[in-house]
Amino acid sequence: MLDQIVFYFFATLAVISAVLVVTRRNVVQSAIFLITALLATAGIFLQLHAEFLFIVQVILYAGGIMVLFVFVIMLINMDVSLHQVQFNRQWWLGLLLALVLGAQLKVAIAMGRAGLPLGEPAPATALEPSTQLVGRVLFSEYMLPFEIASILLLVAMIGAVVMAKKKV
Amino acid sequence: MNGLIEFVKPILVPLICAVVIVAVLPLVAGYIVLMERKVMADMQARLGPMRVGPHGLLQPIADAVKLLLKEDIIPDEADKGIFWIAPLISVTAGMLAMSALAIGPWFQIADLNVGLLFVVGIGALGIFGIVLGGWSSNSHYSLLGALRSAAQLVSYETAAGMAIVGALLLAGTLSTREIIEAQGDYGVWFVFAAPVGFFIYVVASIAETNRAPFDLPEAESELVAGYMTEYSGFRWALYFLAEYTNMVVVASIATTLFLGGWLRPFAGTRAFDFLDFIPSLLMLGVAGYCFYRVPKQPVKIQQTVLAAVGVLLILVAGILAAPLVAPAGSMVASAKAGLHGAFWFLLKVGLYLYLFMWLRFTFPRYRFDQLMRLGWQFLIPLSIVNVMGIGLALVLHRQLGWSHWTAFPLTTVLTLAVAGVLASAGEKKEKEHAIMGEEA
Amino acid sequence: MIPTSHYLFLSLGLFTIGVIGVVTRRNVIIILMSIELMLNAVNINLVAFSRLVGSVEGHVFAIFVITDAAAEAAVGLGIIIAFFRNRETLLGDEMDLLKW
Repeated sequence: MLDQIVFYFFATLAVISAVLVVTRRNVVQSAIFLITALLATAGIFLQLHAEFLFIVQVILYAGGIMVLFVFVIMLINMDVSLHQVQFNRQWWLGLLLALVLGAQLKVAIAMGRAGLPLGEPAPATALEPSTQLVGRVLFSEYMLPFEIASILLLVAMIGAVVMAKKKV
Repeated sequence: MNGLIEFVKPILVPLICAVVIVAVLPLVAGYIVLMERKVMADMQARLGPMRVGPHGLLQPIADAVKLLLKEDIIPDEADKGIFWIAPLISVTAGMLAMSALAIGPWFQIADLNVGLLFVVGIGALGIFGIVLGGWSSNSHYSLLGALRSAAQLVSYETAAGMAIVGALLLAGTLSTREIIEAQGDYGVWFVFAAPVGFFIYVVASIAETNRAPFDLPEAESELVAGYMTEYSGFRWALYFLAEYTNMVVVASIATTLFLGGWLRPFAGTRAFDFLDFIPSLLMLGVAGYCFYRVPKQPVKIQQTVLAAVGVLLILVAGILAAPLVAPAGSMVASAKAGLHGAFWFLLKVGLYLYLFMWLRFTFPRYRFDQLMRLGWQFLIPLSIVNVMGIGLALVLHRQLGWSHWTAFPLTTVLTLAVAGVLASAGEKKEKEHAIMGEEA
Repeated sequence: MIPTSHYLFLSLGLFTIGVIGVVTRRNVIIILMSIELMLNAVNINLVAFSRLVGSVEGHVFAIFVITDAAAEAAVGLGIIIAFFRNRETLLGDEMDLLKW
């Protein structure tokens, strides 16, 4: 019962925030609603017994990436952008195609829904303690992707610094 | 009705703890402000607030009433929604971070599996309150102050996180309760096993809470008041409350992780059980001082209030001593862990806050580029080396069988050597820059 | 226990909203934010299946997705800043230097 309340609360919050992200005129308000959407997603992770991922989402996404976004928005703020046209000229075509994509995926999920159970859904205790299990798997089986991800981050850092410098 | 009771019972204790935190924390923050003013006065050879209440004890209440009654000024072009919500984000993040911390073995809202990371992460969400506050004020000073403050917070967050990782390697768990129990099992607080980590955490936490000597973004002689410039009255009080709540949170993390949480010094050894009387003796000492000062108060009502405070302290001393003299096994005796644990925890938090204030009134302010250089070029490499050092010490101890007393001091010395190398390299660079006149 | 298909529908909804944001808005920062929304939807999907199967490999994949999103956001914002410094515009329509 509590499960359902939590899930529907966070799901509604996520969807409403997402709609507000793509429709606000003011970029700062969009950023704030994206933060809300990310925190709602973190809530869904918590409800799915993914505690480590919940806290990683809060720290990295909401507390890291969004701070970066907000910094950049404030540094290159343009008051002019509040009075420009917000949606491009082919918005109706884009909307139509996106809805067609959505409908396709919905049909796919609905048709495959019967095949989902795959036997008994696993008990929640299989995922606890979340941090230890993720750490163990990350540093044994997925060590190579981990190292590649660290190199990727290094490259991204260098790239971002070089891109944003005044004189190279 | 039965269903309601069944629903409420498992969450009753956390609910009470949450209500206590939300109700008591603003009052405590007010009294920390008073403590700061008194400590500042003491270090500047004067007396501090003495008028409102005996020895200024009612000053925070007077301040709160004044701030509540002030006019609420909102700048003309400010984005009203964001202006309104920014201080709330800061305060909410601070108070939410308190929810995973265990003040005593009985007082904790939620013992999360990822408790410590939760506290750090939610504390990081407080950055938004600062940035949005500076932005919505529609003023250059506010925006610059906010961006500087946020850059500083983000820089020192990494160093603080890695210092925490160093101590977490020793604890083996992220849950706040189990970290303290691990320190109990080891028999030694983690500050003695990872002193460099503790030092890094102290410095990083001072920068995290925008305290001097890292308070350039909000110092009065610099950017007016940074992101708080346009906030007046109760909104400013909320920002202030958020800052002091952050201080309490950071002190609580340090106490949990490094200073043994709710454990008495020498918690394991029976020979030191006489230390159990220290809480009551301390309270009695302060009560004695109160009674000693009663006749020296100028006004009759201050004498009465001070005498009442003294009586209250004697009552607290009695409550703290009761579990020690009650027959073992009774309900009163079993309250010892909760009461004494809370006392030791709060004492350590208080000492850490005193350290903050001591450093504030001793050191001059860091310039912003010096601040960023210290964070990125000294603290972060040092904290990485610290993590490696503690890992090395654990391998030496657990797998190669070296004893505690050789492995940990050895790696501490190695880490300090690296710190010396980093510091001298930093000084050389600073001298170079000064000589060549390059921009930093 | 909430059926896994509920999570899939939620993820689908967020993904579609993200796609609408990318193909409809002119401001490149909002396009970047919609991309973040899409990546989040994928994460919810991964974690829901991980819960169904009972293994943490979905969590590990989601962590890599978050890492990638961080790298991409940093570089993307760097590019936007560099472009803004040259052309003073944040609208995708007006970034047409390479058009014939």
